[in-house]
Amino acid sequence: MRMIGMEGSFAVAEAAKLADADVIAAYPITPQTHIVERLAELVANGELDAEYIPVESEHSAMSACIGASAVGARTFTATAGQGLELMHEVLYIASSLRLPVIMAVANRALSAPLSVWGDHSDVMAVRDCGWVQIFAENGQQAFDLTLCAFRIGEHPQVLFPVMVHLDGFHLSHVVEPMSLLEKSQVEKFLPPYTHPFALDPDKPVTMGAFAGPSLYMEAKKAQDAALRSAKEVILQAWQEFGKISGRYYRAVEHYRSEDARVLLLTMGSFSETAMVAVDELREQGEKIGLIRLRLWRPFPFEEICQAVGDAEVLVVLDRCLSFGAHNGPVCSEVRAALYPQEKKPKVVGFIGGLGGRDISVKEFQQMVTRGLERAEKEIKEEVEIIGVRE
Amino acid sequence: MSRKRKETEPTWQDMEIGCVVTSPGNATQYRTGDWRSQRPIWNYDRCIKCGICYIFCPEGCVNLNPEGDFAADLYYCKGCGICARECWTQAITMVEEE
Repeated sequence: MRMIGMEGSFAVAEAAKLADADVIAAYPITPQTHIVERLAELVANGELDAEYIPVESEHSAMSACIGASAVGARTFTATAGQGLELMHEVLYIASSLRLPVIMAVANRALSAPLSVWGDHSDVMAVRDCGWVQIFAENGQQAFDLTLCAFRIGEHPQVLFPVMVHLDGFHLSHVVEPMSLLEKSQVEKFLPPYTHPFALDPDKPVTMGAFAGPSLYMEAKKAQDAALRSAKEVILQAWQEFGKISGRYYRAVEHYRSEDARVLLLTMGSFSETAMVAVDELREQGEKIGLIRLRLWRPFPFEEICQAVGDAEVLVVLDRCLSFGAHNGPVCSEVRAALYPQEKKPKVVGFIGGLGGRDISVKEFQQMVTRGLERAEKEIKEEVEIIGVRE
Repeated sequence: MSRKRKETEPTWQDMEIGCVVTSPGNATQYRTGDWRSQRPIWNYDRCIKCGICYIFCPEGCVNLNPEGDFAADLYYCKGCGICARECWTQAITMVEEE
């Protein structure tokens, strides 16, 4: 397949087109707008035969997607930042009703002060909403993972909505060389969507009914167990995707981490800057590597423990500030996952890249130096923001 | 419609995908009688069998019993007292549940 130059947002729209989405209900919001704008164009000019619903808010966008998915339509939407927060309550309904709505999120900071630029505050605020959540690190991955999201979410053993996270602007607005798939390849990869309880007058069911205290806990336990077991299908889907595209994805990705004494842990587009930092530190003789969380939910406990291996120090970057918390959400989660392990590294957390602020290669290296210092001197934990002016 | 006077207690493994309801009428299992702090008691000497208690009961739980007298189905009766309030002959008294 030949390489073409394409913006990340257009590549995501292209994935929804190749998946032949039936219904798209969306509301434009920066930095996601190009995705739905492009889809509106594809529908308008007849390249995609879908129902495009231009709703009046993100709350309505997600509600319309839920309705469409419930009648058995392949459904797609996209949002970012404040838009994701406006969807909040409806997100839980999509996952609890087990409706595989697929959504791209061009990650954006939350107001106030108003910021349209990227960080992970929006994701972390919807961390527990029961969706499968996957992070892309470049435009190619945003395309690949959006396509995979349809196969994952709609799989009969999964039936969960899926969020594909791509960092706002850094990925959504950057033109990159990328390789798309042929329609025929996608048709083989992606079977038609059928929901076992799709709304049908001949086979009526009630969705979203009332459950009293005697039922609610069982319903939630069933939902949690199903999301956990979805991991197996996610890994299988990525394996299958690798076979047709040559691009393989894992729940936790590794970069020069085999014999590492120090490991960096990142999520999203900043991972590629971290790789450059790792290369430079390796040249200086530091035994350093990088692990990247691809799958955020269901959380890959086993894979993270395996990936950490024999490392002595793990330096975790969060692009979200959890106000008043002990640390960033990713750091807290990773540390909790490692806590029961007999052999575990010292986990040091940093916050950075908020509201679109860059983290340079040099700053990643400073994070490593400072992280080692904090680990060795056992400096009492305090939230440390990299690159903040003192 | 037959009333299933027992709340089923499914395990989490028994739950349908998305907790959908696949058969109609299972709201009749819902034991609203648990909410009651007072119960209606009929004095059949005063009752003229006009049926106004049957008409006004918002839960639809007042019916004629096999003896031909009006009575509340305590599986559902929430103890709201509307029957006692509406009764022409004051045949219904609300008494505290123990």
